[in-house]
Amino acid sequence: MSLLVPDSGLLFWMLISFGVVFFILAKFAFPVITKSVEERKNYVETSLNSAREAKETLARVEEDTKAIIAEANKEQGRVLNEAASQREKIIAAAKDEASEQARKTLEDAREQIQREKDEAMLSVRREMASLSCDIAEKVLREKLSDQQSQMALIDKMLEEVVRETGAQGGALS
Amino acid sequence: MRRSLDIIAMLFAGLIFCSSSLHANEKEGEGVNVQHIIFEHMLDSYTWHITKVGDKDIAVYLPVILYSKTSGWHVFSSRRLHENGGSYEGFYPAPEDSAHAYKLMEKMPDGSLVRPIDLSLTKMGLALLINGAILLLLFLPAARWYRRHGSDRNATPTKYVSFVESIVEMVEDGIIKPCIGENYRKFSPYLLTAFFFIFTCNLMSLLPIFPGGVGVTANMSITLFLALCTFLMVNIFGSKEYWKEILWPDVPTWLKAPVPLMPMIELLGIFTKPIALMIRLFANMLGGHMAMLVLTTLIFIGFSAGMVMGSSMTFLSVLFNIFMYGLELLVAYIQAYVFTLLSAVFIGSAQIHHHKAKEEK
Repeated sequence: MSLLVPDSGLLFWMLISFGVVFFILAKFAFPVITKSVEERKNYVETSLNSAREAKETLARVEEDTKAIIAEANKEQGRVLNEAASQREKIIAAAKDEASEQARKTLEDAREQIQREKDEAMLSVRREMASLSCDIAEKVLREKLSDQQSQMALIDKMLEEVVRETGAQGGALS
Repeated sequence: MRRSLDIIAMLFAGLIFCSSSLHANEKEGEGVNVQHIIFEHMLDSYTWHITKVGDKDIAVYLPVILYSKTSGWHVFSSRRLHENGGSYEGFYPAPEDSAHAYKLMEKMPDGSLVRPIDLSLTKMGLALLINGAILLLLFLPAARWYRRHGSDRNATPTKYVSFVESIVEMVEDGIIKPCIGENYRKFSPYLLTAFFFIFTCNLMSLLPIFPGGVGVTANMSITLFLALCTFLMVNIFGSKEYWKEILWPDVPTWLKAPVPLMPMIELLGIFTKPIALMIRLFANMLGGHMAMLVLTTLIFIGFSAGMVMGSSMTFLSVLFNIFMYGLELLVAYIQAYVFTLLSAVFIGSAQIHHHKAKEEK
């Protein structure tokens, strides 16, 4: 029975010990601990969040970088291609011009040569004509130095003329 | 394995030897009074008797503080009681079968015994102070660490601080937050203190030597006080809706209009809840301690029936006591948990606010 009867003295000591412990812990211990733990939890949470954000940003930046590199590669290829074709064109143009120039030079040279050849031929012909005239004159002078030979020539010529005309007449008749 | 078996066998041999010598001491009296032994352990006393070495008692003598209406204040050491066969300055211990068993009573001139106002620091009183000191020693250094490193976000808590943190968080996140809801902050220090106070007292009562071994939570006064605290917490901070639910509950009018049937039941409920809390903790702790004490006294009973009986009883008793000890460790935690949980639930149920009450409909 005595176990079930609360004792005032013990209640008093319980009031003191529990009261003091409660007062001290409630004032100095538990709020500090729970507050700090909560703050730390929040801090960890925000840190994790910002880490996640940073990771996402990094991933985005990486993607952007990749895109930029790809773009640059494409541009480079395009520029290179253009340059190559430009070069081809320039070379082709230069070749064309060179061959044209060469052709023109050759033509000019050929013309020049032709002209000079013609001139040379002309002068040779003139020379030859005057030479042959001179020779013929000399030969004639030699052959026709006496009477007899002059006469013989005349005869011969006449005969030739007659024969020619006879041949012509015969052909006519 | 073999070695541990040997050790156990030796332990048992030692135990049997010890208990038989104890039995020899006990033999001087007339048999084993189990009830006396148990009540002596479970009841409060003015002296903290630790052990007996030879004929010498080793005990902590505590101050007796009495106030009598007729003779005023009396303050003396309980050693005086011990020296004078239990009585001193006109105070006598009450008989065992009375309501105030072993408590000091003042003998009036007409021969009747009157209970004075007794503020003695008894065994349980000292145990409460020790347990309170343990709690302070457990939490204040951790709190100091937090105050010192509170703003430093890079400080890593020491093992001890993380331990304190984890047990505090366990109670706060596991019991207080889910049971009370949004404004748990106001009640969290009380519930945390209650939990750790009960838990420390329970564990200390399982310690068999000096600073422990006193079943303070197996005492009605202590559980009454704790239940009263919860009662006050529930009803002082109860919301308007809580009182409305009690005085004008949401039931058909005939249940509350001419005869306030439901309000009466609800009002009764206000008191039955803390009483249930009080009885639950008290009965659980008392039951466990009693079971262990009975199992221990089995040894003495066994030896009074002979050596063989005594030895086998010792074996069985120790076996069962080991089991009981494990169980009691569990109960020490569970009862602290249940007390806190139910207190939190009661407090939470008194924190109904309008939107919440509507949701339930």
